[in-house]
Amino acid sequence: MIPELGHFAIALACVIAAAQAVLSIWGAHRGDARLIAAAPALALGQFIAVGLSFLALVWSGVVSDFSVMNVAEYSSALTPLLYKITGTWGNHEGSILLWCLILSLCGATIAVFGRGLPSALRARVIGVLGAVSCGFLLFTLTASDPFNRIWPPPPDGQGVNPLLQDPGLAFHPPILYAGYVGFSIAFAFAVASLIEGRVDAAWGRWVRPWTLAAWCFLTCGIALGSWWSYYELGWGGYWFWDPVENASLLPWLTGTALLHSAIVVEKREALKIWSVLLAIITFSLSLSGTFLVRSGLLNSVHAFANDPTRGIFILALLGIVIGGSLLLFALRAPVLVPAGIFAPISREGALVLNNILLCAIAAVVLVGTMYPPFVQLLFGQQISVGKPFFDSTVIPLAAPVMAAMGLGPVLSWKRAALAPALIRLWWAALAALVVGLIAAHGLGAIPALGFGFALWMVLSAAAELVERGRLFRVPLSVSWARLRQLPRASYGAAIGHAGLGVTVAGMVGMSLAVHSIQLVKPGQTVALGGYRWMLVSLHDQPGPNWMGRVATLQVNDAASGRLVAIMHPGKRSFPLQQTTTTDVSIKTNGLRDLYVAMGDERGGGVVLRLHVNPLAPWIWFGALIMAIGGWLSLSDRRLRIGAPLRRVATARRGPVVPAE
Amino acid sequence: MNRRRLLLGLPLGVVAVAATGWGVMLARMREGEFDPHTLPSPLIGRHVPDFSLPGLGGGSFASGITGTELQKPGRPMLVNFFASWCVPCVEEAPVLAQLAHQGLPLWGITYKDAPDATAAYLASHGNPYARIAVDRPGRVAIDWGVYGVPETYLIDAAGIVRWRFAGALTNTVIDRDLVPLLRTAS
Amino acid sequence: MSRRAPLVAAVLVALAAAPAWAVSDPAELLSNPAQEARAEAIGARLRCLVCQNESIEDSNADLARDIRTIIRQQVVAGRSNREIVGYMVQRYGNFILLKPPFNAMTFALWATPFLAIALGLIIAVGAAWRRHGKRAETSPPLTAAERKRLETILHP
Repeated sequence: MIPELGHFAIALACVIAAAQAVLSIWGAHRGDARLIAAAPALALGQFIAVGLSFLALVWSGVVSDFSVMNVAEYSSALTPLLYKITGTWGNHEGSILLWCLILSLCGATIAVFGRGLPSALRARVIGVLGAVSCGFLLFTLTASDPFNRIWPPPPDGQGVNPLLQDPGLAFHPPILYAGYVGFSIAFAFAVASLIEGRVDAAWGRWVRPWTLAAWCFLTCGIALGSWWSYYELGWGGYWFWDPVENASLLPWLTGTALLHSAIVVEKREALKIWSVLLAIITFSLSLSGTFLVRSGLLNSVHAFANDPTRGIFILALLGIVIGGSLLLFALRAPVLVPAGIFAPISREGALVLNNILLCAIAAVVLVGTMYPPFVQLLFGQQISVGKPFFDSTVIPLAAPVMAAMGLGPVLSWKRAALAPALIRLWWAALAALVVGLIAAHGLGAIPALGFGFALWMVLSAAAELVERGRLFRVPLSVSWARLRQLPRASYGAAIGHAGLGVTVAGMVGMSLAVHSIQLVKPGQTVALGGYRWMLVSLHDQPGPNWMGRVATLQVNDAASGRLVAIMHPGKRSFPLQQTTTTDVSIKTNGLRDLYVAMGDERGGGVVLRLHVNPLAPWIWFGALIMAIGGWLSLSDRRLRIGAPLRRVATARRGPVVPAE
Repeated sequence: MNRRRLLLGLPLGVVAVAATGWGVMLARMREGEFDPHTLPSPLIGRHVPDFSLPGLGGGSFASGITGTELQKPGRPMLVNFFASWCVPCVEEAPVLAQLAHQGLPLWGITYKDAPDATAAYLASHGNPYARIAVDRPGRVAIDWGVYGVPETYLIDAAGIVRWRFAGALTNTVIDRDLVPLLRTAS
Repeated sequence: MSRRAPLVAAVLVALAAAPAWAVSDPAELLSNPAQEARAEAIGARLRCLVCQNESIEDSNADLARDIRTIIRQQVVAGRSNREIVGYMVQRYGNFILLKPPFNAMTFALWATPFLAIALGLIIAVGAAWRRHGKRAETSPPLTAAERKRLETILHP
């Protein structure tokens, strides 16, 4: 019964979404106040309907209703409760429903928090979101119904994929999707503004917080996924340039570019057309990222169930959403009047450079990911594009971004001089140079460059705050007062930039990792990376729906003999799914990870994979710092209160002569 | 102004091209003509590499197979890599039997399989092979570019590899790919 | 792939990769650290053929293990990196190279970074140029709100 209600709720949501799309946009077009006023209510209604169907699916999972195919295939009676819940989105159908839920949540958020928006614009934004929602709910209903029944129901389900039985991965999809789908709001604003034929400073101000929120989620989502593959897959890697990973990186790159170009729109009314295009591209990449990886065309390790028929439906849907919005762009963008003149050396100039480079990286990742199937289609040949290609093309493009990142924030708007800006950053540059030279001495050129850039990013972010507070030039109390008055967005930006520096340092450190694979018997000792690793014992450890085998290791410092860590790597075999997962043991002190994965046992010993990963935790810690910077910016009063008042923005431009 | 319009239409054009490509791929994938997961063999258009493998032993399979025999067989023939532990091999067994019955010479090479296990497999699923050689370490398979079993190679009368199919042979595949090739290969 | 017995030890499952890691047998590693490092560097550039996107070094597939062993045998035999990679390409084609060689077919791939930067610069410079020229002639047209405001200022 509950599953049928869930199914019905999707159908209801689909109808509401259709109404939301048609009535809101038509109402805004006709200037019909009643229809415009109805838009938020429809968005909320759609959210409630999708929410109910999602609850119904979770309910079916929790009560282990194995007559629902989805539950029978991805859950079992023995599955712990948490994973009965999270298992609902650990599969194709459930994850699509989650996707729809978040999309409808975006509409509801605009309905609730968008009160300050001009009502016609709000109606258009909600209408655009409704149209997208309607398409994907239709897809859910016709091609990916999560409530499909099987009869007779099996006595027990096949169980959740053991790899997903992990808190990190259980919450990875909701966070990642919040990022992907969050960009739908920027997209909706872009399309709405194209319909209206108007983009101004206020547009930048409205779009930025939504983009920022989505960006924070996406940053966390990508970091969580990467962290998961680091500790769960057990071979010490954290990023494989896999199509699925690239699919999440692409909207992150263009979303980051959008975040920056929207600042220029807000402050200077320049880059308007470009920002609208970026908003469309970012959400298009999110859409493609979620759905094309399910079409079976890309060679990915994270294989979803592939189905070309479903793929064609998805392609048609993407074609309508992406093609439609870009057609609108091609037709309506000429209406938007370009404005805002600036010199090449200026804050705007730096942000344009940032956009060009970020988009170039995105282009490389996109082309690299899509190239193999196209080569096969055109030439009938198979080629691979993997990690070595991306490393050698992306790193040279990322380096100038990092260099410019420190410089941009200290340049003034419109026209700036390079020399004074550089002088203000002299100590950051000098420190980065010194660290780079020292690193070059012991570690080689590439890591040295990486550490230099990482330090440069952190210090230049600090230097910007120092500069703003006139620290060390005016009395400390004055500086303190100045710093306290700085908008939170300034701190957010500085923290975000420093966070990237921390992540880069972590990646460079990780490139210096050492590892060793050894067959070890209890009592034996292995030396690696300045540590002595002794296998103490091997024992069994039963779990709720798995059998475990655990090793105990004692790690001592090789020089001093001091005990550093006791580690328990293990293996779990899940009899129901006939799979084994490795349970990696990681001990970190913040500066390096000790990492042990357990392999096969033979001859009384066990194969151990030992790693010493310098600075590894910084990779994810840096991502967290970036997200914190984003949240801090979001809490800026200006973004919340100043945003909705378009007439203020217009008035500020002055009576006759525009600001430039 | 016109150039500007062209530039603003560029994203749409790029997406249209990409979407058309994806559409063609998906449509062909559904027909089974396009599979991003198979790779073409570099051996096509060339002679098979030199090798020498022992026979399976027992009765008619005493003699092994060498590369020189396949480099000039005198008439088109198939070489099939298989193993007793391979499920799709069982699936394609009837198709192979039918091909052998129609008079196409079929030689087999077992991949990483114990001869006893192979013998038991042949006893229960039938034996379409005229000759069987054993590649226990799987090194000759690597020289051929084999990346999984079953794999089937068509060698023409002059010893040139014309076709490689990875996966279980079906009648559809034979009608679509093999039959036209056999017409030209003989 | 689904209709074929993959040589991978663990079959890929929905959403995630097989958890087991490569090199489960330390005996296959070379005792000479310099040679082993070379072998690992070569292996990292080659694709595991039966997996989706892993290198030979990262994969636990049987075939990947065989290829790892061959690489190590050839390293010990004193073959150069180029020879070893060539040996693999001869058998499995360019597909085995995770970094595709530069040729007519991959031209567009390798040109992408340059094209993207060039396109970006052309658009940016072009837009700046046009705007610069335009500023001399006209200021941007007034919006309706501005015109209204202007009216109220000029004719109070």
